[in-house]
Amino acid sequence: MNTATNPALAAMLGDIACGAIRVIDLTNILSSDFPVIVLPSEFGQCEPFRMETVSRYDGNGPAWYWNNISMNEHTGTHFDAPAHWITGRDIPNGTVDAIPAEDFIHPAVVIDIADEAAADDDFIVTRGFLEEWEKQNGAIPARHWVLLRSNWSKRVGTLSYLNLKDDGAHSPGPDADAMRFLVHERDCIGLGVETVGTDAGQASLFDEPLPAHSILHGNGRFGLQCLTNLDQLPVFGSVIVATPLKIKGGSGSPLRVIAMAPSKD
Amino acid sequence: MTERSPREKRDPLARKKARHVSPATRSRAMHAMSARAAQGRFVLQVCTDCDKATYPPRDACPYCWGELVWQDRPNGAEILCETIIRTSTDLYFRDHLPWRMGKVALDAGPVALVHLHQDLGVNDRAAVRLMLDRGGNAALFALPPTGEIDMTDPQLREFTVPVAGKTVLVSDASSAIGLAVVKALHDAGAGLIIAGMLPPERLTDQKHPILNLDGVQPVPLDIVDQVSLSEALSKVGGPLDIVINTARHVRGGGVSEQANIVEQRRAFDVSAIGFTRLAQACAPMLAGRSHGAFVDLISSDALAGATDNAAFAAAEAARLSLLQSFRHEMRSTGVRVLSVFTGPVEDEHHQPVPPPKVAPARLAAAIVDALHQGREQSCVGDVASDAMARWLSDPMLYAREKNL
Repeated sequence: MNTATNPALAAMLGDIACGAIRVIDLTNILSSDFPVIVLPSEFGQCEPFRMETVSRYDGNGPAWYWNNISMNEHTGTHFDAPAHWITGRDIPNGTVDAIPAEDFIHPAVVIDIADEAAADDDFIVTRGFLEEWEKQNGAIPARHWVLLRSNWSKRVGTLSYLNLKDDGAHSPGPDADAMRFLVHERDCIGLGVETVGTDAGQASLFDEPLPAHSILHGNGRFGLQCLTNLDQLPVFGSVIVATPLKIKGGSGSPLRVIAMAPSKD
Repeated sequence: MTERSPREKRDPLARKKARHVSPATRSRAMHAMSARAAQGRFVLQVCTDCDKATYPPRDACPYCWGELVWQDRPNGAEILCETIIRTSTDLYFRDHLPWRMGKVALDAGPVALVHLHQDLGVNDRAAVRLMLDRGGNAALFALPPTGEIDMTDPQLREFTVPVAGKTVLVSDASSAIGLAVVKALHDAGAGLIIAGMLPPERLTDQKHPILNLDGVQPVPLDIVDQVSLSEALSKVGGPLDIVINTARHVRGGGVSEQANIVEQRRAFDVSAIGFTRLAQACAPMLAGRSHGAFVDLISSDALAGATDNAAFAAAEAARLSLLQSFRHEMRSTGVRVLSVFTGPVEDEHHQPVPPPKVAPARLAAAIVDALHQGREQSCVGDVASDAMARWLSDPMLYAREKNL
């Protein structure tokens, strides 16, 4: 008996099984040494991931292995809900427990900024850059995740991932005009990045500070951070499944992000 | 590593040498003497009736049955005679024979049996120190009264913690204190210094001149994180001799006023749970060493709280309590657990605090000195010394005036 009554779902499962649809894990490993965002010291800090073994087939639990874990909502590969930012504090259903489940599955467009980020740690994605990109690749479709492929995930495990210097962090990100363009003119679902925040490392010093957080969340859009394997996605045609934990009143959540994309063949 | 590191090599097939500690059983009066010896004091019991000093410790005056009280006394002495012990049934002393002892006439009155430094002979003047033996009990040790003392004396080495050639872990070397400690250990000839670097690190941290000294090996380490600690210890290739716990989380705030629970939890995670984690992981490594030691840097706020740094003080008080238990656990292994108390330090965490503050280099020098003297408890700077003196004389009054 075929239990998948919907032919589209059945076809999708069939395509996953035969490899016509690839499932790509966009998640970094959640470990205690995975870097978290560092704020100026006058602010409260983000707790990194911690794991304490409760038992491992030992006196504390002879037949079972389990750990206590602790972390911030914004540790590791994580989701930012609108309520994360002051601009999004009045957005209806702005916390992770209230976001409708259908918002967890959306298509994505991947914008490659790897060469620019390699040449300049502080590379800023501007509206001009995006318009030029659209000329080369086609328009950014509405209701898509916009994923910035910076290859920053390849720096994980080195100090150059956070890239902290005496004057703060240095990593690429968008400016305010680019964000307004993506949100208001391209109606993006959210912004997904490989870096530790949707904003650039130096974005607190911009004329409009922290524009990604401010503009995304102020308009009810989401953020995805610390993604990896974006280089395995096509420019168009992938679907992102990003389901944050259902934390009551939560501002975000670590999560497993997967993408489905057509086989390269 | 480099030529600075004459680290111990061992026959891999030989069975590991068993470590013994000096005989442990003592009277309560002797424990009272040991508690004072731990502070580096030279004390004798003095009779409140006939005013005569007495040694060894007793429960009553041997001359008049009067009441005895502990008093600091001058430590000069003249050596009357000497003898060499060539055989013993005690496992600890069998490992260290021959052992030289002498009888001295203390300027303070009593004639006492003492351990003799190799540079001393009969009729010499001596400075007698009250030191802790390998089992943590007080013993009298006669040293040359002037000039530089030869610390390589094999008997004296049993009462101290030599640093030269040893492998030392500094739990947080990224702070001003930690950097100063690494420098002081390097200058004292430590063979290998594992310098724990608290994440997140700046790219420039790796270029710090102290971390690039010979024999210094920076490793990422946060004692709050079990995984980080395991990985850091796994990078200690050979034996580990000394651990210096410089990790602390200094933040202001009271209990009902300006209390930041996130910061408070972090303070406890570092000072208390972090201490336990570090001690637990390192204890078996230190226990097998000839001169294993664990030094803990602790705030004098641990003694009686601090209104402006309530959580930090409470976390340090928890650390002090854990330290006492750990010290007792390590007695039977011969590992010395030393505490170095300090008041506010001249660093970024104590900017709102007026002087006097302890310079990190002075604190580091005190840590090395505590090791070289084998002193269990030290106070660095006026604030810590004053706090300890007040606390010892009247704990309730001190807690009251400290938190006014």
